[in-house]
Amino acid sequence: MSHAQQLTSRIRSIEPVGEYFHIVFEAPTIAEFVEPGHFVAVAVGGVGSGMLLRRAFSIHNATAGDSIEVIVAAHGQGTQWLTAVSAGTEVDIIAPLGKPFLLPTRPVGCVLVAGGYGAAPMGLLARELRDRGCEVEVILGAATQSRLFGVLELTRDADNVTVTTDDGTSGLRGRVTDALPDALARINGQAVYACGPMPMLKAVAEVSKAHGAFSQCAVEESMACGIGVCMTCVLPVVGDDGVTRMVRSCVEGPCFRGDRVRWDDVNTVPVDAFGAPVQGGH
Amino acid sequence: MSVDLSTSLGSLHLKSPTATASGCAAAGRELAQFGDVATLGAVVTKSIMLKPRSGRPTPRMAETPSGMLNSIGLQGPGIDSFLDKDLSWLTSNNVTTIVSIAGNNVAEFGQLARILRDVPGIGGLEVNISCPNVESRGQVFACNPVSASEVIDTVRAEWTSTAPILAKLSPDVTDIVEIAGSVINAGADGVSMINTLLGMVIDVDAMKPMLGGRTGGLSGPAIRPVAVRAVYQVHAAFPEVPILGMGGIRTGHDALEFIAAGASAVSIGTVVFGDPGAPWRIATELGNELEQRGYSSLREVVGLAHKN
Repeated sequence: MSHAQQLTSRIRSIEPVGEYFHIVFEAPTIAEFVEPGHFVAVAVGGVGSGMLLRRAFSIHNATAGDSIEVIVAAHGQGTQWLTAVSAGTEVDIIAPLGKPFLLPTRPVGCVLVAGGYGAAPMGLLARELRDRGCEVEVILGAATQSRLFGVLELTRDADNVTVTTDDGTSGLRGRVTDALPDALARINGQAVYACGPMPMLKAVAEVSKAHGAFSQCAVEESMACGIGVCMTCVLPVVGDDGVTRMVRSCVEGPCFRGDRVRWDDVNTVPVDAFGAPVQGGH
Repeated sequence: MSVDLSTSLGSLHLKSPTATASGCAAAGRELAQFGDVATLGAVVTKSIMLKPRSGRPTPRMAETPSGMLNSIGLQGPGIDSFLDKDLSWLTSNNVTTIVSIAGNNVAEFGQLARILRDVPGIGGLEVNISCPNVESRGQVFACNPVSASEVIDTVRAEWTSTAPILAKLSPDVTDIVEIAGSVINAGADGVSMINTLLGMVIDVDAMKPMLGGRTGGLSGPAIRPVAVRAVYQVHAAFPEVPILGMGGIRTGHDALEFIAAGASAVSIGTVVFGDPGAPWRIATELGNELEQRGYSSLREVVGLAHKN
């Protein structure tokens, strides 16, 4: 289990970045425990808020003894509140949460693939991998240029960055997976790390497998608690014993082996899953 | 603090009046990062069934104003794994444990009681006859006085332990006092109330219910006045029967409402999802609320709202 701490954090800054917001939380006792792929759960709405549930964000950066940073897309009521408060506002946060990305023990070629704000954890990951002697290729994709995140930062932190957009407003026109085989080939890639929407993760996992690379995918599932007690964020994952279980993405993920997630069966309970209804459902 | 917060549910002594609510703290272990679980009044476990159960498809959750809908569908590992991994952790950490049980039919409740009756370290049994997340609403035993009493009758017949049997009641009934009466007559030592209310949210872009299970259970502060009312009514009718009160408790002030309405202890549920430290915080706040009003013990306040 991670060293999760619940604390009142002061927001140091909130800055717009393209279509997203970059938020810095003061978290001196948390930052040193953060590994790439960990997330933070943030209470929204202030004291007595009608929004009871925390919002979960992948940790973008952590500075030991000081702060953690996240990238927020203000898509809903909670994130709109969080991105509209003033610097200095105090919020309750819990971090670090979840299982981080598994890192290679030897220096191997790694390709990091992200869609939109799924690039948030990739800078931290790229720096960690390069510290381990890994060559790092990054592929950043989005529907359009304004939804890209992290291109400049990753150009600094990785050996090479490829950009794709669906509409061709930046980089190659197409999907991240169109660029993945070449990136793997350039560095003899053995490991692929991905964060982004589910259909992208599924495609990345499939392309990685077809090219003999090990993949790690950080999923984004709707969560109520983030700490493993509510059982809302489950998805079907095959275990080491070959049995599919409905596992919690908050504590058993959010980083999963791409070849173990049953992507086509997300949002269902497969009939062969552990404890699945025998007939007629339950 | 000088206020005595100890309380009891029948034969079960509780050192603190706040317990976790079933389904909102798994089997306690995850909360241990946020406080000493052994200092809680009790951990009420997520309802355990005879066999492993996958639960319902996602999405299983929708946030609603001051609340949430869930359609988990009783996902769990089954009784064998529960005893082996979860209950053993709770007992070895000296946690007061109330085991919540759920069955697909009356006989399964009886089988679970038979398995659990000789297991050491169980402080009480909460019989979940009111989970709305089942395929057939006909399975919600607590919606019918006859089926509710059949379940409790069967559990009572198997349960040789002195630990109390609490029947968990649904608010989705015409007359909760009638249901309470039927389970008390069938041998329940106390009642836990309330379970969630059946609800639905519709995704108007997809034009379908938002939850994978279509309907879900509504919980959180949004339902608190319903819960306080239910506790008040049942305490008025059965003042000697202990009540474990729950439904949207977020602060010590909220908890005090339940105590004054007639609950001897409270469970903290949905609020734990947003604030895992809540069961401890609320106990402290409740002590402060009592002290500010000049009370020296929690027990003297149980049901006090009925006297004025």
